[in-house]
Amino acid sequence: MLNQYIPVLVMTLAACGTAAGMIIMTTIMGPKKEFEEKMEPFECGVTPVSDPKSRFGVRFYLVAMLFIVFDIEAVFLFPWAAVFRDLGMFGLMEMMVFILVLTVGLAYVWKKGALEWE
Amino acid sequence: MFDYTYLPSPNLLPSLVEMMLKIIFICTMNMAVFAPVLGWVERKQSALMQDRIGANRAEIFGFTVFGLLHVATDALKLLFKEDFIPRGADRPLHYLAPFIAVVPALVAFAVIPFGGKYMLWGHEANLVIADLNVGMLYIFAVASLSTYGAVIGGWASNNSWSLLGGLRVGAQMLSYEVAMGLTLVGVFMVYGSLQLTTIGMAQENFFHWGIFLQPLGFILFITCALAENKRTPFDIPEAESELIAGYFTEYSGLKFAMFWMSEFLEMVTISAVLVALFFGGWQIPFISHQGLIDAMGHLFGPNFGAIVAMLIHVVVFWVKVISWIVILMLIRWSLPRFRFDQVMRLGWKIVLPLALANIVVTGFILLAVR
Repeated sequence: MLNQYIPVLVMTLAACGTAAGMIIMTTIMGPKKEFEEKMEPFECGVTPVSDPKSRFGVRFYLVAMLFIVFDIEAVFLFPWAAVFRDLGMFGLMEMMVFILVLTVGLAYVWKKGALEWE
Repeated sequence: MFDYTYLPSPNLLPSLVEMMLKIIFICTMNMAVFAPVLGWVERKQSALMQDRIGANRAEIFGFTVFGLLHVATDALKLLFKEDFIPRGADRPLHYLAPFIAVVPALVAFAVIPFGGKYMLWGHEANLVIADLNVGMLYIFAVASLSTYGAVIGGWASNNSWSLLGGLRVGAQMLSYEVAMGLTLVGVFMVYGSLQLTTIGMAQENFFHWGIFLQPLGFILFITCALAENKRTPFDIPEAESELIAGYFTEYSGLKFAMFWMSEFLEMVTISAVLVALFFGGWQIPFISHQGLIDAMGHLFGPNFGAIVAMLIHVVVFWVKVISWIVILMLIRWSLPRFRFDQVMRLGWKIVLPLALANIVVTGFILLAVR
């Protein structure tokens, strides 16, 4: 059972090796000419006017929270879908109730304006 | 003589050889063929569509080979370019971001079958690197990791535009991930499995291809997949005219190339998933899997016949994948960019409800025809 994951592990190691190799190569191969003006972050050639490490829209947090709620509910649907044929009508009705709850949640979020972007 | 007695099972060596061959094949296809050549394909195709000539300058002794040498010159240029890190950047995270972007793009391919099962000299070769029963769930899990690469890259660069790009990536990819998972539930219901090899074998009959059984699921999935790929019309995270290059503005050299590569590799993976779920995987229309093996067996003998059948299936699979890559590129060069509010509206208010409706309708139809 767990043996199936050995190829995944080997492939992950190969991918990590490739990625690390590329980062190491680009670090040691290229020239390094540093001077004051060049090291500024790029803002269309103008000296940066604002610090990027400042506050940003709370809506991005909101999307992340909605994502967690809906994605966890989506995960419950996968095993159900795989055995759907064996469960028959009972399984379908059970899941209809679940999806209904999900839809009510979506409708509430929608109504509250959490999905609006100005 | 080398002593093999320490091996726990006599089948281990062929299995190990098979595994290594498959991994080398897929990694070579991705790293040495698709990642570099797709850059050239995109330049040439966009040039063709916009009535330009496109890449044609690089030459060796006067031969330009349709500009294909630009692949080599690009790689060399990126390799010897200065690795720029702006002042005030978070250096460890700046190094980590391209790493996280490229690894999932490479690893996600592990569960996609590029051929069926073949008996070769008593050893059953299964042309998928890892035949996991969680299949698509693994792809979702791994592919969503690449969001971190983009978000961390945007945060670590100490650049306002990068940060905005990173935030947009986060919001866009999270939104479409929910919808993407739900769009495929219908497919899993129809085939009763998440395992891509099982789904591939179930599509042996041409009229059982996913595109016929789940047309709405297909349209919704390709929408979400385009959005996850962050290419036009969903490229607001890297919108050139507003954010310079978005989250990878402050990247140069191979680190820039890694973000660029991960985008192309994701496109290959998306095309492969589309083929595996909706377009019959390695199956040829109207020719059954075993039928082709038997027919080739008559011509070339059982073992070499299986090899020929295997090669035909692998070629068919890659032809389908490359066709889809071309179609995805056509979409990218045909459509204008959506606004951010339009992208979010499409994801949450159109695709998500439609995906839920698709599940309900599919459920009732499946029970009705049973």
